[in-house]
Amino acid sequence: MKFAVLVFPGSSEAECVRAVEECTGEPAQCVWHIEEDLSSFDGVIIPGGFSYGDYVRPGAIASHAPVMKAVKKEAERGALILGIGNGFQILLESGLLPGALMRNTSLKFRSQWAEIVVENHRTPFTIDYEEKEAIRLPIAHGAGNYVCDEQTLASLKEQNRIVFRYAGENPNGSLDNIAGIVNEAGNVLGMMPHPERAVSKWLGSEDGKRLFTSILRTWREKHGVATTR
Amino acid sequence: MALQQPVKEPTAEQIAEQKIYREFGVTDEEYAKVCEFLGRKPNYTEIGVFSVMWSEHCSYKNSKPVLRKFPVTGPRVLVGPGEGAGIVDIGDGLAVAFKIESHNHPSAVEPFQGAATGVGGIIRDIFSMGARPIALLQSLRFGKLDNERVKYLFENVIAGAGSYANGIGVPTVGGEVMFDESYEGNPLVNVMCVGLIRHDRIQKGVAEGIGNPVFYVGPATGRDGIHGATFSSEELNEETEAKRPTVQVGDPFMEKLVMEACLELIEEGIVLGIQDMGAAGLTCSSSEMAAKAGNGMELYLDDVPQREANMTAYEMMLSESQERMLFVLEPQHEEKARAILKKWGLECHKVGKVTDDGRLKLFHHGQIVADMPVKALVDDSPVYHKPAKVPEYYVANANVDTTRYPETKEIGQALKKLLASPTIASKEWVYNQCDSTVGATTAVGPGSDAAVVLVPGTKKALAMTTDGNGRYVYLDPEVGGRIAVCEAARNIVCSGGEPLAVTDNLNFGSPENPEIFWQLEKAADGIADACRVLETPVIGGNVSLYNENLNGAIYPTPVIGMVGLVEDVNHITTQSFKSVGDVILLLGETKAELGGSEFQYVIHGCTEGRPPAIDLEVEKRLQQTVLQAIRDGRVRSAHDLSDGGLAVALAESCITGQLGAEIDLNTDLRADIALFSESQSRVLLSVAAEEAEALCKWIQEQGVPCAVIGRVSTDTLRVKVNGTVVMEEQVKELERIWKEAIPCLMN
Repeated sequence: MKFAVLVFPGSSEAECVRAVEECTGEPAQCVWHIEEDLSSFDGVIIPGGFSYGDYVRPGAIASHAPVMKAVKKEAERGALILGIGNGFQILLESGLLPGALMRNTSLKFRSQWAEIVVENHRTPFTIDYEEKEAIRLPIAHGAGNYVCDEQTLASLKEQNRIVFRYAGENPNGSLDNIAGIVNEAGNVLGMMPHPERAVSKWLGSEDGKRLFTSILRTWREKHGVATTR
Repeated sequence: MALQQPVKEPTAEQIAEQKIYREFGVTDEEYAKVCEFLGRKPNYTEIGVFSVMWSEHCSYKNSKPVLRKFPVTGPRVLVGPGEGAGIVDIGDGLAVAFKIESHNHPSAVEPFQGAATGVGGIIRDIFSMGARPIALLQSLRFGKLDNERVKYLFENVIAGAGSYANGIGVPTVGGEVMFDESYEGNPLVNVMCVGLIRHDRIQKGVAEGIGNPVFYVGPATGRDGIHGATFSSEELNEETEAKRPTVQVGDPFMEKLVMEACLELIEEGIVLGIQDMGAAGLTCSSSEMAAKAGNGMELYLDDVPQREANMTAYEMMLSESQERMLFVLEPQHEEKARAILKKWGLECHKVGKVTDDGRLKLFHHGQIVADMPVKALVDDSPVYHKPAKVPEYYVANANVDTTRYPETKEIGQALKKLLASPTIASKEWVYNQCDSTVGATTAVGPGSDAAVVLVPGTKKALAMTTDGNGRYVYLDPEVGGRIAVCEAARNIVCSGGEPLAVTDNLNFGSPENPEIFWQLEKAADGIADACRVLETPVIGGNVSLYNENLNGAIYPTPVIGMVGLVEDVNHITTQSFKSVGDVILLLGETKAELGGSEFQYVIHGCTEGRPPAIDLEVEKRLQQTVLQAIRDGRVRSAHDLSDGGLAVALAESCITGQLGAEIDLNTDLRADIALFSESQSRVLLSVAAEEAEALCKWIQEQGVPCAVIGRVSTDTLRVKVNGTVVMEEQVKELERIWKEAIPCLMN
């Protein structure tokens, strides 16, 4: 499996590349924002950071970059797309996921460990987690307050598309404690917590690892490659 | 900012007759010296350039004789003081670059941007060496958190520093914040940046190769920050507020682009010399690069990108617009460089060339507008040996008996008061606003003795900390200086690292005052002694003088930034208790030492007497012993005893470990003194029960006093002194007080 990690001016991509390679043993390649073709990749990760300095709105300028056209194409084709932090914001601004992220209700940046519940362990991104598993991941964002209209929320719930929720204290005021959602087809995941920063015991948690192994297992099962889990 | 019309500049004659140079902080003697170097009277641009280059901030004219005291060499030192940052070898062809810098004055008038650009400046120092910044630490001092102005400064300094660090994607992993009236109106904002570099990528700020082009990269030059360096070299007063426009505005996104582009240029191996435009902007970077190579430089100011209309040579040279770099290339690499910069959306401008005449020549509108010897600007700046005088308060304090206070019987109440004191209370409110995990290398983040950052691709890690207790230094500068270094090293050791080297930030009042200069000299003596004994050379740093407010000088506050090497990630150790039943050992000797302690300040409302004594050999033995025990895998937790003494250290280890402790102390001291004394060279260890006896014996054999003082328990901190219970508190309750203190004061 070959991963693309997108790089916009202001992205923090290095840890995503390292996490993919360490957790899956598969290669990850940085792809510059002006690329227009992602067809040679099997999965796309949009990393965290401050693309374009968060100017206008977080993710707003990046959503117009040439590479996002290619991301939309791959999303339609069914490739797995993961947006983390700023990557989630970009997916929302691009219309690949519904809703929006507003500033945290505290109006302050929040960096801390967050208790997260895996609400749906049957997505391509979460099959290596248990049902309702409690995991620990870092968050670090100023705009993680997820909002959407009632109808959207109803369909997110109905279709079991809320993948992660904050357990305990809600750190940013997000609607229904939402920390991550998938699209209707289930192949595009956006999340505010950072799994790529929780991939070894030295970092304080290994709970992020299985997100990357889930992606690999999904891809292998789909492509008839024997799993080695 | 309103558009300024160009003012008609005074002529060289007018500058001399009306002594206009005095407005720039240039003395009559210094002016005469400038005339001598030039062989004529300087014009407005030239006197402006000299005034910033000869300011304390750029020339260290008052502190040079003091800085010479520091040991600066060692087997691991690859780059010592004088460059953007010092660099130390960590093996495997890798090295660590680090430096601390202050932005006190800008933060006093415009806290958000002052702190933000402080972060931006120190990050530039690191990547201009070719190193990738991997961590930031903030060492901050504010007045008492009970007035609106202090709260405003605190709130905005944190927000500003955080926004810049978060935006550029460098994790803030540690630091400290202390509060005392002494810093009211003149907060200290010191930021340390640590970077990783391969030996073969180390850059120096030199303008080499006669005829080589000089390039400018980064945003256009505006009128912001003009005379920032001079401003930093004056005392703050009623007029300071009017200097708000001299504070620059930062853009972390721009700096991220400049950083990535510069690191890519360096990786290509085509950069001959590179330096950031920090204090005194274009003036300092151009003249220092030329001076280091023994060359000269011509600058064509019409080619300098300008953000505002009608900028004069004077304004361009003295602007401190942010995120700008100057570099020298061989001409054949120009296209390659342009391509790399273009990729990052940046332009580069050829603004000058390297010459062989040793002069800095400025051209504007087709005319030569300044012509100065580079050596005079950089190397021949005046050096002052200021007079020093022992202050009266120091003499008087010799007779203060710090054990004369009535005994505090309510130990639990006293501990709660200390935990609620903002200096000791949890700093979660601060560090939750700063991304501490970006980069995914943070093994131990904010809130422990030292932060620990992994070195990817190796089994090593780097431990890092900042320390400096202004009260100790005020009470006895020499002892306080020693303690600052020792405490930093002790923090590194407690986290499993071997101390490597030091970067220092000397924050003092006005050196014109002999008593302040005495503090500076004595503190430097103490730092130098400790660095020599602990074998941690000073590889760079910063001096910030004139830190005064309406009530006088701040406490003399040298801040020690230290980096240590953790040889194996398995050695990483934290302060938190790990499991019930573990045995708690106290290493070191507790004496009746309350001078300058947090207990003295909070409970008795004063700062007086002498600070705790320190014996450097004893300290070194303690540190070597603790490090060996950690490396042998015999230690579960390690915590340095500092502010608040044993009681606070126990509470912190309990709270962060979500466990309790049963303590049984035998001592000749009064209970309150035994628990709150800040005697130095002490460490709290917790170890597996079956290991305790043998380890305690081994530690004693190393010549380090060691006593079993209790066991880790479930949820209560209970302390017996000589068989009598003096305190019993629920750890949950202590945690609540400790965590809520700062948020309560701020809301």
